[in-house]
Parts: sequence; structure tokens; C-alpha cells
Amino acid sequence: MLEKALIGGRAYWAWILFLMCVIGAGFLCYLWQLSYGLGITGLSRDVTWGFYISQFTYLVGIAASAVMVVLPYYLHSYKAFGKIAILGEFLAVSAVTMCMLFIFVDMGVPSRIFNMIRYATPNSVMFWDMVVLTGYLLLNITIAWTTLSAEKREEPPPKWIKPFIYISIPWAVSIHTVTAFLYSGLPGRHLWLSAIMAARFLSSAFASGPAFLTLLILIVRSVTNFDPGKEPVQKLAQIVTYAITINVFFLLLEIFTAFYSGIPEHKASFIYLFVGLDGHSKLVPWMWASVALSVLSIVLLVNPVTRHNEKTLAFACLAVFAGTWIDKGLGLVVGGFIPSPLGKITEYVPTAPELMISLGVYAVGFLVLTILYKIATAVKEEIAA
Amino acid sequence: MKISKRDFLKIAGVGLAGLAVKPALRAIAQAERPVAAPKSGIFAGKRMGMVIDARKCTTKDGCRDCITACHAAHNVPDIRDPKNPGLVDVRHEVKWIWTEPYRNAFPTAEQRFMDEEIERKPFLVFCNHCDNPPCVRVCPTKATWKREDGIVMVDWHRCIGCRFCLAACPYGSRSFNWFDPRPFIGRQNPEFPTRMKGVAEKCTFCEERLSRGQAPACVEACKEKAMFFGDLNDAKIEARKMLRARFSIRRKPELGTSPQVYYLV
Repeated sequence: MLEKALIGGRAYWAWILFLMCVIGAGFLCYLWQLSYGLGITGLSRDVTWGFYISQFTYLVGIAASAVMVVLPYYLHSYKAFGKIAILGEFLAVSAVTMCMLFIFVDMGVPSRIFNMIRYATPNSVMFWDMVVLTGYLLLNITIAWTTLSAEKREEPPPKWIKPFIYISIPWAVSIHTVTAFLYSGLPGRHLWLSAIMAARFLSSAFASGPAFLTLLILIVRSVTNFDPGKEPVQKLAQIVTYAITINVFFLLLEIFTAFYSGIPEHKASFIYLFVGLDGHSKLVPWMWASVALSVLSIVLLVNPVTRHNEKTLAFACLAVFAGTWIDKGLGLVVGGFIPSPLGKITEYVPTAPELMISLGVYAVGFLVLTILYKIATAVKEEIAA
Repeated sequence: MKISKRDFLKIAGVGLAGLAVKPALRAIAQAERPVAAPKSGIFAGKRMGMVIDARKCTTKDGCRDCITACHAAHNVPDIRDPKNPGLVDVRHEVKWIWTEPYRNAFPTAEQRFMDEEIERKPFLVFCNHCDNPPCVRVCPTKATWKREDGIVMVDWHRCIGCRFCLAACPYGSRSFNWFDPRPFIGRQNPEFPTRMKGVAEKCTFCEERLSRGQAPACVEACKEKAMFFGDLNDAKIEARKMLRARFSIRRKPELGTSPQVYYLV
């Protein structure tokens, strides 16, 4: 089936070429980082994780796109998702690929990455994150490829794939839970030291993953002859509506606990993020933009008129995507480091090479996504014809 | 049975992935690493720890003897701000032992109406060699581990530079090499390794000196005799006598890490 990715129009190849250029530029910056060290980033003694790790954290959420279509389709026999299941799974493959690359580019000594396996350490949450992410990647590649191959031959999927599909559902929960545990198990990092961290990760994942998938479906519909119809899009929109609302609710729970209890360490990071601390307020406009985007998206999604209209729905999904990106891909990780354990404030701003490397990783993800979607839509078009 | 080229590649791929399982299993089954041979008393024991007499420590303001001795002994780089070489590059500096005001060293033990002298005093801070170290718990490669004598170590040849330990340490005691530290080392001590870019480091209670029967460099350098080191399980040593005689505090004990650096105030 891979050969289908080699047949495309001018726009397809222009897009591929564009992605390759971005990957090339990102790779050059990565070589620079490799020779100089992580000092080329905006990271510091106090803020030791930044853009790379927060993108990783955000993209684990995007990978939830798969489970949110697989669960209704296979567990509830919700047939309308049959057509888009493959798109959800391939998006998860691309997202997890980016997750792994973001972890890789964040390593101080990447040549030793296999020490994670050579000296596997089960008491480290990072070990389990590697296990669940690798597993989720393999599960989705296997499931998507097998079901698509069967579909191409116009046969039902083989029986042996069923257990893998069922396993992939709790497995998806595990990737968000374990990623949340990276943060929530650390003493002295009060923004993260919260029992609902994993729940927040799930709610934001179930919002951002399906929201991005909705946008992709709308794009696929406009650039190919494959149209999954209106119903699955509307169903996804409902899922996004519930999830983003719960996500905002969870954030309010955190804020209540921090401020009603009045414990200074619990309040400090929230104060830094939303009003600024001791004159440091670089993230404040971003965090309020995130709040505004989330509220706007809830208004547009809860209202049936704007939800049913695909134009406003697309806008709402974009708002969900951007709002959760700021919240998780910027605020949550960086905010956890400010103030430092010694009560000091060192702000963090990513540098140009750091952003270029990140763009390079995103371009790899989009390249994987484009190729996989090209194959999937070509197969679907072939069957329809 | 006919096997196509594609099927062969799929099976081969699964087989290769299986090869990765064996070393993982072996690593899980691996026993604790061997520990340096202990001699009892000051230089070895079951629970090595430090007691700092904060009142003595700062009688002479501006004294940096212990810091200088430690950093010289361990090839700790002196990283300067590239724009202003007169200043330390606070974003990238590497430090094993340094001073902090009371409010930063003990942020959860804030006192409203405190002795102004204590409020102004610099407190020595370094790795607490916790009994329950979060850095060891999170390290994905066992590059940081706790020895049987309680000293928390870092293996600079195994560290992958993920910086999980820097996020986990509630004392900010760990440093990371954001670039090659070697150009910033004044005079290199040939008896101690330098570090490469991309690895984490911190105080090791001078385990290399302890194994030779020497006290930690900071303890030895302190002219005020304000630092007491030894096996805190041994009730006869000076450090334990001090803890009995005076009131002591530890940094953030409420986190359950059980830090092993005690401050007499």
C-alpha cells in the first residue's frame, strides 16, 4: 500500500517538499545543539524543561484522537466512526512519533538513549512512559495497517486483530496517565502535585485530539474525494464539547483548592501564570488567551446552531486546539518550574534554534501524517470507485 | 506456506523488537551495585550526614573557603555571563555548594519576627543526600543512586541528560551541563574527573576523599570548624553530640525526603 504515497498531484508534492525543507532546517539546528549542548535553548538551572517537553506532553494528548474513535466504533458499534477510525489511528501514530522525537531532542546525551533499556528502571515513571508510548505506537500501526489492508481487499478485518483493538483502548488511557505521573509524583513542585493531574491530562487529551481530528477530516474532505459524511464530524464535536468543558472545570477545581486553602506554595505558580509574580509576567497574556479561547470554544460548541455549522465548528475546534496547546504546551510545564524550589523566579523564553528544532519535529510528524493519510484516502477512494 | 517478502520483513521486525526485551529483563533482575568498602566512624558507616553550625558559619561575612575548596577539588566550572564576564551566568551555572538567605533555603519555615542576624546570614546549601531521594526515584537509568552508606551518587558516564532529577529535587541542588564545562574550569584537578556537556551533577559528600580516609573538602577547608561530618547512626561522633546539644532544622522535612544535612540555628 505504501506505493500509494508516491502518486500525487502538484500540491501534494509541493507540501512534501515544504515539509522536507522545514525538517532540513530543523535538523541543521539540531546538529548545532548536538555540538554545543542544550545551552542553545532558553532552558536554565531553574527551568530545566521547556518547549520540547511541553510539546511532547501536548502531543500525547493529540494521540487520544485514536481512542475517541476506536472506543465508540468497536465497543458501542457506532458505525459512523467506521470510516474515520483509520484517520484517528494514523493521527495517533504521527503524534506519538513526534512525542518520541521531542523526548529525543531534549536529551543531554542522546547517544546514550538506549541506557533507558540497558539499565531499565521500573521505579522511574519515564521508563513506563517509554513502554506505554512505544506500545501505543506499535498497537496503532498494527491495527491501522491491518484493518486498512483488509479494507483494500474488501474483506472484514482478520479476527486476531480484535484483541489488539480492545487492548488499545485502556492503553490510550495509560499514555495520558503515565505522562501525568511524570509530573504529579514530584515533591516540591506544587503546580503538578495534584491528584487530578492525570484526569486533567485525559480531559484535555479528549478535547484536543478529537478537535484536531475534526479539523483534519474537514481538510481531507476538501482535498480528496473521500468524504466520511457529516455524522462522524458532529459526533466528534460532541465529544470535544464534553471534554473541553470538563477540562475547564478541572482547572477551576485546581484554582479553588489552591486559593481557598491559601497555602502559599500551591498558589505561587498560578499567581505567576495568571497575574505575574514579583514583576515577572511573560506567560500572563498567553494564559489569558488560553482562557479566552477555551471559553469561546465552549460557547460555540455548546450552542447547537454553531456546532452544527461546520464553519463555526472548525473555528471552535481551532480554538480548542490553540487553547489547550497554550495551557499544556506552554503553561503547565514551564509554570511548574516557577518559582524555583529556592523561591526564585527565572523566566523562560524559547530561543530561535529551539523553535526551529521543534518545527522540524512537527514537520516530521506532518510528513508521517501526510503519507499515512494519503494512503488511507487513496484506498478509500479506490473502494468507492 | 508461502511467505512474501513483505511478510518476512514484518516477522523480522517483530523478532528484532524481541531482542530488546532480554536486556530489559536482565536490567530489572540486576542486583544493587557494589558499594565502596566502609571503615567505621567519621569516613564510613550506615548513614553519612552533615551538621552545619549556622551561628559559627557566618561569623566572618563573605567567607567562601568551603565553596572554593569544593569547587576546586571537583573541577566545578566557573561559568560567567558571556555579556558581562564580571557576573556569574545564573541560568547556566554549575554549583555543588553555595549560600542562600534563610528565606530561600527554608522557604516553608518562614518566621515572621526573626533575629535579624539570622535573616541576613547566608546559609550553606548543597545536596541533602536524602534518605528517601526523589532524584533516585525518578532517574530512568539508575545513573543516580543511593549507596548503602546513604550517599547519593551520579554516574556521569551513564546519565542521559533527561533532567528528570533536576525537576524532582525539591532543593535545587542539582546542576546540569548546558554546554562543555571544561573551558570554564580554572585550574584542573587531575585527580578528579571533569564532566561533559549534557549530564547532571551535584555534591557527592566527597566520596573519593572518604575512601582515602579524608574528610569532605568543605569540612576540611572550614577554618571556623562549623561543619561536622560522619555516620549519623554512630552516636559517639561529634556531629551527633552537636545534634543532641543544640536545636537543629532541616530543609523542607515535610516532603518526606528525610534530608541528611542538619542546621544548628
